[in-house]
Amino acid sequence: AMAEQKFRVRARALVCVFVCVVMCGCGRDDFQEELVIRPLHSGDIYTSFQFRTLWETDFTRENKVSHYRLFPKSLGQVISKFSVRELHISFTQGYWRTMQWGQPYLPSPPGAELWVWFQDSLTDVDGTWKELTNVLSGIFCASLNFIDSTNTVQPSASFKPLGIGNVTDHRFLRYATLPREIVCTENLTPWKKLLPCGSKAGLAVLLKSEKLFHSSFHSQAVHIRPVCKDDQCKTTSWELRQTLNVVFDLHNSGQGKNEWSLFKMFSRTLTEACPVASSSKIYIDITDNSQGEQFELSPATPLLSQAVVLGDRRTFSVYDLTQQITFGTMRSLNLLIRGKSSDMLRPLLHAERYVAGYGLQTGEIHTLMYNNHPYRSFPVLLLDSVPWYLRLYIHTLTVTSKGKDNKPSYIHYQPSKDRVRPHLLEMLVQLPPNSVTEVTLQFERALLKWTEYTPDPNHGFYVGSSVISSLVPSIVAMDTNNSRERPLFSSFFPSKEESSYFVRVYTEPLLVNLPTPDFSMPYNVICLTCTVVAVGYGSLYNLLTRSFQIEEPSPGLAKRIANIIRKMRGVPPL
Amino acid sequence: CVGINLRYRFHVSLLCKLVSCFGDRAGQFFSSGHTNNWAVLVCTSRFWFNYRHVANTLSVYRSVKRLGIPDSHIVLMLADDMACNHRNPKPATVFSHKNMELNVYGDDVEVDYRGYEVTVENFLRILTGRLPPSTPRSKRLLSDDRSNILIYLTGHGGNGFLKFQDSEEISNVELADAFEQMWQKRRYNELLFIIDTCQGASMYERFYSPNLMALASSQVGEDSLSHQPDLAIGVHLMDRYTFYLLEFLEDIHPASKTNMNDLFKVCPKSQCVSTPGHRTDLFLRDPGSVLITDFFGSVRKVELTMETINLTDPIDAESGELQKEMHTYADQLPVSEIIHQKPKQKDWHPPDGFILGLWTLILLVFFQTYGVKHLKHIF
Repeated sequence: AMAEQKFRVRARALVCVFVCVVMCGCGRDDFQEELVIRPLHSGDIYTSFQFRTLWETDFTRENKVSHYRLFPKSLGQVISKFSVRELHISFTQGYWRTMQWGQPYLPSPPGAELWVWFQDSLTDVDGTWKELTNVLSGIFCASLNFIDSTNTVQPSASFKPLGIGNVTDHRFLRYATLPREIVCTENLTPWKKLLPCGSKAGLAVLLKSEKLFHSSFHSQAVHIRPVCKDDQCKTTSWELRQTLNVVFDLHNSGQGKNEWSLFKMFSRTLTEACPVASSSKIYIDITDNSQGEQFELSPATPLLSQAVVLGDRRTFSVYDLTQQITFGTMRSLNLLIRGKSSDMLRPLLHAERYVAGYGLQTGEIHTLMYNNHPYRSFPVLLLDSVPWYLRLYIHTLTVTSKGKDNKPSYIHYQPSKDRVRPHLLEMLVQLPPNSVTEVTLQFERALLKWTEYTPDPNHGFYVGSSVISSLVPSIVAMDTNNSRERPLFSSFFPSKEESSYFVRVYTEPLLVNLPTPDFSMPYNVICLTCTVVAVGYGSLYNLLTRSFQIEEPSPGLAKRIANIIRKMRGVPPL
Repeated sequence: CVGINLRYRFHVSLLCKLVSCFGDRAGQFFSSGHTNNWAVLVCTSRFWFNYRHVANTLSVYRSVKRLGIPDSHIVLMLADDMACNHRNPKPATVFSHKNMELNVYGDDVEVDYRGYEVTVENFLRILTGRLPPSTPRSKRLLSDDRSNILIYLTGHGGNGFLKFQDSEEISNVELADAFEQMWQKRRYNELLFIIDTCQGASMYERFYSPNLMALASSQVGEDSLSHQPDLAIGVHLMDRYTFYLLEFLEDIHPASKTNMNDLFKVCPKSQCVSTPGHRTDLFLRDPGSVLITDFFGSVRKVELTMETINLTDPIDAESGELQKEMHTYADQLPVSEIIHQKPKQKDWHPPDGFILGLWTLILLVFFQTYGVKHLKHIF
């Protein structure tokens, strides 16, 4: 420890010289930060932070990458050590209500979700997956080490890679969710430490946990993937996106007034952009507010921008934090949004899921998928991963739309194995226009071994959300040129065709009660049995082995004294 | 007035150091015997009404962090989440004092073991160092023979045991054996064990390894009581012993010279209702000479030097490899490809024991019934 401290001091003495060496040649990484604010028609407000670091480097080559600047070292080492091609991890508290809030820019299921594409040079994918989950649980302070073969699946058609590359062999894909995972400040702290500016400068100063967790929906995610560097797409660079989506509730944190400001939402205002960011912008969605009739935005800004996102062309007011003029004379920016937004378009695709039935033996899972488009039908890919202790009866699977049977064009089912593997069901269903498609499946509940129950088994057991991936028809033509400079929130899902855009919808997780034994019974049984044995056997033993003797009653006090005197005299007692 | 006394003492001791102590720095360096500090803080209770146990552990975490031990040297185990619990009227906060004065959860807390991970097995594995190889560093106790370790346990306990998450217990014998293993593997220099549960003194009765000092909030046969409820949150916020311990620790700063004898006096019977106990017979040094910061704070001994060291140039990314082929993004939902996907070839596995046994049984029964002479017709 002493030698270590000595070395640290010596290293510190030379750091200024070293920094000069660094600045000249190697700064090929780029950092952008962005905040999108969208007032929702119920009075709530949706804010989405995105921090993107782009770095042109090769993690897979022989010489280990040794010099990190903006890209966090912990994630870089994870990528190179575990031959990761794509990593997507998200932590969410709350459920996204599609009917009230519309579509999110980045969907995520409640709890923790992790899906990883490995490089095709990797031989032992399962072993590497186990080690990777352990390392990530240390990095993010989450219990990701509970991810093992009982909740990992290998989807065969969903979760295609979001980055560039030719490999689509699903042997290298692993997907797992932990619906019970809690998200709190201990997960936000290491997430903030991955940012180049930490939480000291730029948009990240707004991330205060006391306000962020006092919300209806909170989701933080890390996405790593290789992307095209330029139009020709001959070279690739690694992209790290850290996203944070929050929906603030009007009555919870807004105190009922239709007025939102940065200070009210985050208890902070902005004073500067992150010094190492090449772009730092705030976008406010003002599409329905072109004449200022719905809500009022202050301070006013001359910058406007249009972007095609979620199939619609939206208009945004832009605040550029790299310009000093944005902060005005007070040197701080506190956006004020007064008023409510108008009714939004009904989302074209949304889904629900619930458990039907009664008792603790059987049940039925119902998944409903709504297609709200008036005349177009589109295909959806439904992925269901059900734990082994709900034994699914696949022969009872029915898919009905508008009362008629709707046969899926592709079904992939992998049965579960007790204590080894969960069920995996993937179906490609064509949803008819303006309809509800219902998928029902019966199951039976298994009785677990008494050591397999959690310390609070009467809470119930969670079943992870279903994932519905779909290409939804878009209202305006999508931009298929994926390498052009676009705002971050519109460039997450790559689009291949102009007439539709890719969307992923997550259903609610299910909470099922398994037949739970009464854990106080072993203690009660031991007490009862021991009492019965002691009383019954003991009495019988005594009756059988006890012998009775006649005993003289003891004489009175006077007689006893007289007997003592007689003993002393040598005379026989009375 | 306690604060003023400490400050005065601090100035006097600083003067003394400036005047006399430039020469024997090496001697001073090893006077306390330890070179690094670790802390293992465990809360073993689940459910919302045990809020106070989480607040206890977080108060000690806060003091230990404030006095200098970094997060990498603290293993924090919380069996349940109170801060982001849906019953908490102020999310992301855990208060230790009525009227919500002190938020011990803070803004940069790092919990290493949470929820179902807090088990007796994990606790003993941390102490003895027998963790699976893929366990990350933040979840390990990487102490050596020059480490001073602080272990703090809180929860529900009884005579000779401590309950973990309402489903299992750790006994005082197991704990004593774990400490003996730590001693034999040279995993600690000195160890301070603090426990805040009912009948806490029973947990240190069985210790037999050297250099252990133990404190408990109550004697055998007594209950440790909680301090005060908060009407807004609806539960008791702290236990009495840890409440007064936190009050005591708030007065300590990294250079303070308070010793263990003051710590033994924390929470007398008039304040705590139970009688706190302590055990120092296994400890080699005199408790009066042991500083509080030896366990709650961290050693920071800095040596300045004027020597220089040459650092090598960073390895530049090779620019020679130009990929010729154009990359494209994968199609997210290739419908035609999916429909015509060939079903995965299942790997052939040899039949397992059950099938083999079943067939052997069938064949045996067949030959038993019909006689062995039929064998030659088959083969």
